[in-house]
Amino acid sequence: MTNAITNLVAELTPHFEGYVYPNEAARQPLWGVLIVLYPYITGLVAGAFIMASLVRVFKVKALEPVYRLSLLTAFAFLLCATLPLLCHLGHPERCLEIMMTPHLTSPMAIFGFIYAWYLMAVLLLELWFDYRQDFVQWSQSATGFRGILYRAFTLGVTDESKAAVGLDMKLGWVISIVGIPSAFLLHGYVGFIFGSIKANPWWGNALMPIIFILSAMASGIALCVFNYMTLTWIRRHSTDMRCLDAMGMFLFYALVVDAAVEGLDWIQRIYSAEEGFQLLRQLATEKLFYTLNVGQALLGTAMPLLLLGTLQVLRRRIPEPARKRMYFASAALILVGVLAMRWNVVIGGQLFSKSLRGFMSYKMDFAGMEGWFMGAILLALPFVVLTVLVKLFLAERLPGGQAEPHLSAHE
Amino acid sequence: MKSNVSRRSMIGRVGAALAGLLAAPAARTVRAAVSKGLVSPGAAQGYDPLQHKWVMAIDVNRCIGCGFCVEACKTENRVPSGPYYRTWVERYIITRPDPGAGTARGETLVDSPDGGMRGFGEPAAPERIQHSFFVPKLCNLCKHSPCVQACPVGATFDAPDGAVLIDPKYCIGCGFCIQACPYGCRFLSPATHTAEKCSLCYHRITRGLKPACVEVCPTQARVFGDLQNSAAEDPIRQFYQNNRVQALKPHLGTDPRLFYAGIDKEVR
Repeated sequence: MTNAITNLVAELTPHFEGYVYPNEAARQPLWGVLIVLYPYITGLVAGAFIMASLVRVFKVKALEPVYRLSLLTAFAFLLCATLPLLCHLGHPERCLEIMMTPHLTSPMAIFGFIYAWYLMAVLLLELWFDYRQDFVQWSQSATGFRGILYRAFTLGVTDESKAAVGLDMKLGWVISIVGIPSAFLLHGYVGFIFGSIKANPWWGNALMPIIFILSAMASGIALCVFNYMTLTWIRRHSTDMRCLDAMGMFLFYALVVDAAVEGLDWIQRIYSAEEGFQLLRQLATEKLFYTLNVGQALLGTAMPLLLLGTLQVLRRRIPEPARKRMYFASAALILVGVLAMRWNVVIGGQLFSKSLRGFMSYKMDFAGMEGWFMGAILLALPFVVLTVLVKLFLAERLPGGQAEPHLSAHE
Repeated sequence: MKSNVSRRSMIGRVGAALAGLLAAPAARTVRAAVSKGLVSPGAAQGYDPLQHKWVMAIDVNRCIGCGFCVEACKTENRVPSGPYYRTWVERYIITRPDPGAGTARGETLVDSPDGGMRGFGEPAAPERIQHSFFVPKLCNLCKHSPCVQACPVGATFDAPDGAVLIDPKYCIGCGFCIQACPYGCRFLSPATHTAEKCSLCYHRITRGLKPACVEVCPTQARVFGDLQNSAAEDPIRQFYQNNRVQALKPHLGTDPRLFYAGIDKEVR
């Protein structure tokens, strides 16, 4: 009855084609939409951090207006990255066992440490070193709860001497350098969780971590473009076109490399046509037709490539408002395309039997832990966290009369 | 002065060697204690897993597809009702090729209604059958178990006596082992929200009994034994002696210890 009420889309009984192992007929898929969101959100973290690193490590001056926004984006999404995984567990109360008594041959166990390292040793430290001087200044002028908060964030280190600020910058730079391989590791490892499963021909692939990293870079930069344009629109500020053009350029390159490697993966799969290839072909051309061919390939890759490619070649001839729209559309399409890619990997890998003799069906419920509603909440949550972070650390009117987030430390 | 240093280092080396000699049995004792600890709570008291090497084998030529083994397993291990199985039986029907098709065989049709628990109905077109046989499936007892490798907390483990077990009090229910098992032998229990699989009826074999499926098999298609304590005339030794055997999905490198006699290339 509950199921009948909560299934607003349509009531479908589990449906199979061909032969599937009896245990595969139980709960399908075992990993639902929550596990789709987990690599998606983690990828956005890694991509946004790499975007920030372009300023800090590679000194891309044009991107300075989005440096802090990228860092805060990475932080907001990282805070929510493990939530879908946690909600999915049969026994979430035992989740800390992954850290307390890890089984070191398991990719999932090692991910716990990589996540902790990335959160504690990379992002939090980098943010703190970057913001410490501001915290000191804001804590002097802000009152009430904000004042307490900023004072707490200084961690008692209120030294504003040139030497102390210089040390902050130096350490922040070192952490950024450590952060780049860490970001690759973070998301490469998510790819490895799937790539390591040799039982599944859709997943077990040496290229999987690389594909995950590259798509993460594209989606993370796209998210920064999306956030930057949304924020300037909300605040009625003018867009820094130099910055947007630079972001568009990096987005284009990331997407070109990502599309090339994913294309190579397909060419290799088609050419080698190993066991189960007929099944995978059917998966790509029938079961995942809309999400793979339309969502991922056409909308998420080909169209943004065309838009961004045009912008690379004809940038000066396209008027500013049109350019803005094209960048925004490209970013939104890439974000949808990479979400479709995660769906295709996670759900696609569970639409066929490991007996390689049949297919299972999947219909997402509306309610319930693995439903649309929960998925939407978990996807919206990082944006809510980001809004709070932006209000606190990137506000229009920060204490001390600063009208805009300053980047003097990097100038 | 030089001889003093030399003497001191010599004493150090001898001391280290003595400590090593003393530590070796202690380490072995600890290892044995840990190994003993790594048995299911269902094991009999005083059972020593280091003294056994359990193994199962299937003679497909003998299986009649009655499904008693599936039912016995469900009852014995309180396997949840519905599509959850620690063991099941598959029916393979290989049809004759269509005339003029130029192929040696026709289609391969596989089914396992209710895991084969209630037997199998009449095939649709008996006259088209070229070969038909039943294949009991269960945990493949891999030497290099992908499920054990994947478990993030070590809740799934290789017991020293050859069984691959799950500690349900430790399993976090992530499902990674289920994805990693190439044979579809695991499921997430709707009752406990933890992974479940064939344990070789660990509560029985540690008390000197056979697994339930072996016990009820009317044709001895399932052969069970202890490789560490079996004589040449024991059924398990006889099975290896008399058959050319095959494992499932050998290309995956899982090195199953569950061997089949008489299976076809179509069996996966």
